[in-house]
Amino acid sequence: MVANPVVANTVQICVCVKRVPMVGGAISVTPDGLEVDVTMSGFTVSPHEECAVEEAVQVTERIGGSVTVLTLGPPEAAAQVRDMLALGAGHGLLLQTDGAEWGPVATAAAIADAVRDRGFDLLLFGNESADTGGYQVPVRVAHALGLPCVTGIKRLEIAVGDGAGGSGSGSVRAGREYRGAEELFELPLPAVVSVKEGINLPRYPSLPGRLRAKRATVETIEVSQDGEGLRKERLRVPPATAKGAQLLGSGVEAVPALVGLFDELGVLP
Amino acid sequence: MTVLCWLETDAGGAADASLRALTVAADLASSAGEELAAAWFGPAGAVGSAELAVAGVTRAWAIGSAGLTGYAPAAWARALAGLSGAGASPGSSASSGSSASSGSAASSGSAGSAGEEPASAIVAAATDHGNEVLAHLAAIADLPMAANCVSAVREGPGEVRLVRQRWAGSLLEDAVLEARLALLTVAADAVPAPAAVVPSAAGGASVPVQAYEPRLAEGDLLVQASESAERRSGVSLASARVVVGGGRGVGGPDGFAALEELAGLLGGVVGVSRVVTSEGWRPHRQQVGQTGTKITPDLYLACGISGAIQHMAGCQGAKTIVAINTDAGAPIVTKADYAIIGDLHQIIPALVEAIKARREI
Ligand SMILES: Cc1cc2nc3c(=O)[nH]c(=O)nc-3n(C[C@H](O)[C@H](O)[C@H](O)COP(=O)(O)OP(=O)(O)OC[C@H]3O[C@@H](n4cnc5c(N)ncnc54)[C@H](O)[C@@H]3O)c2cc1C
Ligand SMILES: Nc1ncnc2c1ncn2[C@@H]1O[C@H](COP(=O)(O)O)[C@@H](O)[C@H]1O
Repeated sequence: MVANPVVANTVQICVCVKRVPMVGGAISVTPDGLEVDVTMSGFTVSPHEECAVEEAVQVTERIGGSVTVLTLGPPEAAAQVRDMLALGAGHGLLLQTDGAEWGPVATAAAIADAVRDRGFDLLLFGNESADTGGYQVPVRVAHALGLPCVTGIKRLEIAVGDGAGGSGSGSVRAGREYRGAEELFELPLPAVVSVKEGINLPRYPSLPGRLRAKRATVETIEVSQDGEGLRKERLRVPPATAKGAQLLGSGVEAVPALVGLFDELGVLP
Repeated sequence: MTVLCWLETDAGGAADASLRALTVAADLASSAGEELAAAWFGPAGAVGSAELAVAGVTRAWAIGSAGLTGYAPAAWARALAGLSGAGASPGSSASSGSSASSGSAASSGSAGSAGEEPASAIVAAATDHGNEVLAHLAAIADLPMAANCVSAVREGPGEVRLVRQRWAGSLLEDAVLEARLALLTVAADAVPAPAAVVPSAAGGASVPVQAYEPRLAEGDLLVQASESAERRSGVSLASARVVVGGGRGVGGPDGFAALEELAGLLGGVVGVSRVVTSEGWRPHRQQVGQTGTKITPDLYLACGISGAIQHMAGCQGAKTIVAINTDAGAPIVTKADYAIIGDLHQIIPALVEAIKARREI
């Protein structure tokens, strides 16, 4: 394993993204009830994770450093790593599985092992994966590495000390909204932070970015998993949400009926 | 053994999302033939006894110590671990480093101790705090965790059968959680709110509230929230009773003034679609949906919103959805309870006038 070179006042960031089906108009399940039907869909990463990559790229553009994109998944997940390289990340790392679904405990353990000796100052994640929504991988990685951690962040400021660049000095100020109030956290580096959509607006990949991503080598490490405490048995589409709305009318003529309904619902002043 | 439900609190007692979680915790407890206990961070009086009694809670714990003043995810997880006997006392976690105790040892004791409220499950609301704290607890006690559960019953010792949301609720997963202590968060939008409690409904029953002083490890308080001074006034999107939604059909940033006025009249807030935030018309904190906020209002009035699956994932917890859309064929029209076909730019101002006129009578 190659540790990142220590360069003062820069920051070495690793961003973890997960390959998931691209869901358009509807979502359906395979006949055996075990997977999302992907015969008609491509693959992508969660918007939260795309924002995490954008944030990392912006930070390193500002203060210098490097961005590594890591994913754990089947060989095809290299495509999602390349998508992120096209956004400006410099290095790709694939923890290659045999394609079976991994749970959050095994995923976190494998990610922690892979990043442990690489000298990252900051590990960025999405707040939750789009498909399984476990809400836990970043926190588990943080504990496995003994690092401070905060999740669901929508505002991030990084201050690196003279010794940063993998040596772990510096700090992050992280903010998020909670129940209408802004919560602020301050964490020493190295740290684990998960972010949400809204922290920035991700850029579109540039043509040179895409060309560079296509040629880049994605470092690959094979990984395998043990069992998980949470066992999936079946996936299903929730009972029809199609209520088939009752029409209250058209245009402004419907306003009295609408006021009447509001009255019934008890929401009028 | 008990099922322990951690309640988040606000000025009015237990937070709405926590009361919903409490109903799932109560079902889990009764399926296991176990008692239901509740715990919260703060003073003993933060949650009303009647509220707890009606929900079936038989014992309650107010967690606090001198060092524990605000929200601190790892510390709160450590406290719940200590209370429930999860076996994650100070020093046993990789992240705690030193085992110096900052809270005085009121109870719990050394690693592996039973805890004051030995629990078979800990249930919390699937909020940012709920998911974060339970993830820390899962990590420090080396346990699995199931987020965004919709229901849960005990199937046998060490086994909970549950239904949870995937894809923000667009899919459901039937799963079995195998663990000595089951850690579950509950998706508020998939569980109905219990009826509001009139104190007399509890028949005067009261729930004893005990103080629990947690033992923390030094590293536990490294990450703590400070709440910024400019606390945004008023109702939050997640807990508002009325949400007036605006989508691309609003047409631009200026169009939202009318929606804000309507929301204000109804004591609600404005929520928006992702198109609106990515166009920069409104801030992202107002976004409803898979990657925004999940809402559980009594009324969601969706104006100029098509009803994409990722948007509906955020508003499926609304009791009543009313759509205003120019297109009778828009997906939202089949997904809503009521619809008006027409131009929101005409309908909203007329609605505002009608409500104002009514108020003046
Ligand atoms: C991974 C992922 C996550 C996503 N997360 C979210 C999310 O969290 N929240 C979210 O909202 N979306 C989310 N989306 C986007 C979602 O798929 C839709 O693109 C988005 O919700 C559409 O927004 P809209 O309804 O405002 O716009 P449109 O789909 O363009 O619909 C506009 C509607 O307004 C109607 N209209 C136009 N003019 C008027 C008028 N004058 N009066 C009345 N009606 C009018 C039209 O008939 C139309 O139905 C996500 C997408 C992806 C891929
Ligand atoms: N297979 C994976 N590969 C890389 N990162 C992952 C993977 N699974 C989860 N993550 C990261 O952990 C975050 C939270 O995931 P989860 O705990 O599954 O909701 C995601 O947004 C990703 O940043």
